Amino acid sequence: MVETIVFYTLSALILGLGVAVITTPNTVHSVLFLVMNFLCVAVIYVVLEAEFLAVIQVLVYAGGIVVLYLFVVMLVNLKRDPEAHQDPRRLSLVGLALAGAVLLELAGIVVYSYSREPSAPVAAAAASPVQGNVEQIGWLLYTDYLIPFEVASVLLLVAMVGAIVLAKREL
Amino acid sequence: MAIEAAPMFDTDELVLNMGPQHPSTHGVLRVILRLNGERVVDADVVIGYIHRGIEKLTENRDWTQIILLTDRMDYVSAATSNLGYCETVEKLMEVEVPRRARYIRTILAELQRVASHCLWLGTHAMDIGAMTVFMYAFRERELILDLFEEYCGARLTYNCMRIGGLPLDIPTGWGRKVRAFCDVMDSRIPEYEELLTNNRIWLERTRGIGVISGEAATALGLCGPPLRGSGVYRDVRKDEPYAAYDEFEFDVPLGTNGDTYDRYLIRLEEFRQSLRIIRQAVDGMPDGPVMGKVPRLIKPKAGETYHAIESPKGELGYFIVSDGRSTNPYRLRVRPPSFCNLQGLKPLIIGHLVADVVALIGTIDVVIGEVDR
Amino acid sequence: MIDLVIIPLFKIAVVLNGVLVSVTFMVLLERKVIAWAQSRLGPMRVGPWGVLQAIVDPIKLILKEDITPTKADKWMFTLAPILSLVPALVVFSVVPFGGDALFYITDINVGLLFIISVTSIGVYGIILAGWASNSKYPLLASLRAAAQLISYEIAVTMTLVSVILTAGTLSMVGIVEAQQETGFWFGFVQPVAFVLVFIGGLAETNRIPFDLPEAEQELTGGFHTEYSGMRFALFFLAEYANMIVIAAVVTALFWGGWLRPFPSVDALFPSVGALSFLNLAFLDLIPSWVWFFGKMFVFLYLFIWIRATLPRYRYDQLMRIGWKVLIPIALANIVVTAVVKVWLL
Repeated sequence: MVETIVFYTLSALILGLGVAVITTPNTVHSVLFLVMNFLCVAVIYVVLEAEFLAVIQVLVYAGGIVVLYLFVVMLVNLKRDPEAHQDPRRLSLVGLALAGAVLLELAGIVVYSYSREPSAPVAAAAASPVQGNVEQIGWLLYTDYLIPFEVASVLLLVAMVGAIVLAKREL
Repeated sequence: MAIEAAPMFDTDELVLNMGPQHPSTHGVLRVILRLNGERVVDADVVIGYIHRGIEKLTENRDWTQIILLTDRMDYVSAATSNLGYCETVEKLMEVEVPRRARYIRTILAELQRVASHCLWLGTHAMDIGAMTVFMYAFRERELILDLFEEYCGARLTYNCMRIGGLPLDIPTGWGRKVRAFCDVMDSRIPEYEELLTNNRIWLERTRGIGVISGEAATALGLCGPPLRGSGVYRDVRKDEPYAAYDEFEFDVPLGTNGDTYDRYLIRLEEFRQSLRIIRQAVDGMPDGPVMGKVPRLIKPKAGETYHAIESPKGELGYFIVSDGRSTNPYRLRVRPPSFCNLQGLKPLIIGHLVADVVALIGTIDVVIGEVDR
Repeated sequence: MIDLVIIPLFKIAVVLNGVLVSVTFMVLLERKVIAWAQSRLGPMRVGPWGVLQAIVDPIKLILKEDITPTKADKWMFTLAPILSLVPALVVFSVVPFGGDALFYITDINVGLLFIISVTSIGVYGIILAGWASNSKYPLLASLRAAAQLISYEIAVTMTLVSVILTAGTLSMVGIVEAQQETGFWFGFVQPVAFVLVFIGGLAETNRIPFDLPEAEQELTGGFHTEYSGMRFALFFLAEYANMIVIAAVVTALFWGGWLRPFPSVDALFPSVGALSFLNLAFLDLIPSWVWFFGKMFVFLYLFIWIRATLPRYRYDQLMRIGWKVLIPIALANIVVTAVVKVWLL
C-alpha cells in the first residue's frame, strides 16, 4: 500500500519535472529540473530495493553527466536572439512521426508486459547463485548479459575516440 | 590529420577587469584582460589610480622639502628614493659628501633593499599560494624596520637623508645590531629556500613562465632584477658607482633563462650580496662628520643633471633642472624603475593563464605609488 | 517505534550538531596551527588562548548583512549554498564512528558508493554559486570547479574500486571489519590507493595546493566572491564538513577505522606465545570511537599542515595531474589488485 502511494507520487513528480525541463525558458533551471528528475528516479530504485542502481543513478547521471550539461550550458551564450529557434531546416512532420513511433512502442511494451506472466526476470534473479544487490547485478552482467555489456563498453570507447578526434583537430 | 579550424561554437572572448581593486595587483594596478577560456589573448595595463602629481608638487617645494615627497613614491623602499634624490642635487651643486655619511647611506640603502625584497618575496609567494613564506619574510622585514626606527624614528617614510649628508649620526651600538641582523637574516634565507626553491609546485609555477630574452628586455627598457634575470649585466652600483659602492666587494647575480624562477633566484642571491655589503660597511665604518659643507639656503646654480641609482626595483633616476634663481626646482622628472618594468607586463602575460598573470605581476615587483607618482 | 524512529532521530541530531560544532572548532584549529607554523600566535583575544573564537566567528557571520547582488539569479543564489552543505552533512549518515551500532546512524550495503555519489551532488552548489552570482570571477571559478571536481572524482572513485576489491564489500562497517579479519589495515595493503585518495580528497575539498576554485589571489575569492553573511557561512561549513568527511573516509578505509593499533600480532605469529605482550591488549580499554576520532584528527592536521606549506597549482597543471597521473595509476592499481586477489590469494 505504502509502496504504491510512494510510487505514484514519485511518478507524478518525475513527469511534472520532465515537463518543467522542456518548458522552462532558462536553460540552467531546466538542467536543474533534470537533476531533480534523476534524483526522484533514484528514489524509485530505492523503493524497488535496488540500492546499487539508485546510487549509481545519482553518481553517474546527477553527479557526472548533468554537471557536464551544466558546464556546457554555462559556456554557451544564452543571450541569443529567438531567431535561432526558427530553424528553416526544421522537420516538424518527421519529428511528429518519430514521437508517434516512440509512443506506439511504449504502448506495445505496456500491452506486452501485461499479457505475460511478470515472473520471468524475478525468477532469473532468484536463480543466481549469489546474494546481495551488487553481487546479483555483477553476476547478471557477466553471465546472461555479457555481450550487451561488452557492446556497450565498445560503444563508449568509440564515443571517447570520437570526442578526442573532434576536440583535437590535429593528431 | 588536419581538419580546417571552422568554429563550431561562438567563441566569444571574455573581458576581465583585474583591478584596480584586486587582492594581487599590488595596489591599484588595473589590467584589462581579454581571455580565451583562461588564456590571455590581449591585455591592457591601466595606471594612474594613485597619481598625486609629485613631480609637479616639487616645483613649489624648496629643495629640502622634496626629500619627504620622494618617500611617498616607492613607499616600501623610501631610503633609496631619498638617496637618489639627494645625490642628484649634490651632483648639481657639486657638494662633497663625507665618507662616513656615504658609508651609512650605503648601509641604509642595502638594508632597504633587503626589506623591499622581503616584501616582494612574501607577496610573490602569496600570489602563487604559499602563505607561510609571506609571514616569514615579514618577520625579517620587521627587524629591518626596527633598525630604521632606531636610526630615524620612522618605520615607513624615513626622510632619512639630507642634501650633503645625513641628518643624524648612527646611534651608539647600532652597527652591532645591524651585524646581528645580518646573522639572523643569513640563517633565515635557507628557510625561504626550503619552502620554495626545490618545491615541485613552485618550480612548475615559475619555470618557463614569463620568459623574456635579453634583447627584448633591453628593448623594453626593463631594469633591475627583471633585466638581470634575462642575463643582461647592468647594475648601477657597479657601472656607475655612487655612495660608497666602489669600496665594497659584491657580485651581481645574473639569470640565464629569463623566466620567473630566474628572477626569483636572483633576488634571493641579492639578499646575500646585500648582507655582504652591509657587513663590509659596518666593519669598515670610518669616523668623521656625517654632513658635508652645504649652504643654509640650498639654491643650485642654473643647470640640469641626471643621476641614477640602483633601487631594489631597478634603475631609479632623477633628472632635475634648476633655474638658479628660485629655491625650488624648475622641473624634476623621475625615471621610476617600477614604471619602466611595468612596460614589460603586457608582452609577458600574453599567452599565459590567469593564474600566471598574478605570478607575473609579482615577479616584476611593481609599487604603484612609484608608477603613478 | 523507539528503535525505528526515536533512536535514529537522536543519532542524527547528535551527529549533525557534532559535525557543525566541530567545524567551527576545526576553523579555530586551522587558524591556530597555521599561525604556529608561521611563528604567530593566531587568535588570542576571545577566551583563554582564543578558544571562544570558534563561537564568535559563527555569531559574526550570522549577524552580517546578507547581500544578494541585483543582477543575480535570486533562487539559484540562495539554493547554491544549501546544495553544497546538505550533501556534505548527509554523508555522515554512513560514517562508522565506532564499532558498536550506537556509533553510526546506519550501515547500508552500498555505503561507500553512497558517500561518493552524494558528495558528487555537492558540485552543484559551487557551479550554481558561480553562475547565479552573475559575475565574472565566480563564473571562471565555477568553470574551474566543475572540471576539477569531476576529474578528481573519477580518479578517487577508480582508486576506491581497488579498496572495494580488497575488502569484498561496499559497506563502510564491512570494510573496517574486513581489516579486522585480515589483521592488516588497508593502508599497508593499498598504500598507493591511500595516497591517491588523499590527494584526490585535497582536490575535492578545494584545499591547497588544489584550491583553484577559490584562489583568492587570482579570482578574488572564487565562487563565493559575491556571498556574504550566513550564505557565505554555509559554503564555509560545507568545505570543512567535506574535509571531515574525507578524513573519516580515509580513516575507515585505510587506517582501520575504530580499530586499535597492532591487532595483527596474533595473526602474524600465532605460534609464538611469548610475543603475546606485543598484542598490547590494554589498548582495548580505550573506546573504539576515541581511536576513530584520533585517527581522523591526524588527517585533518595533515590537511592544515599542507595548507601552511605548499603553493598552489595552476589550472592546466591540476588537470594534467588528475588525468595523466592519478587516473592511470588508479587503473593500474585496480588491475594489480584484481590479479593479486584472483591468482595469488
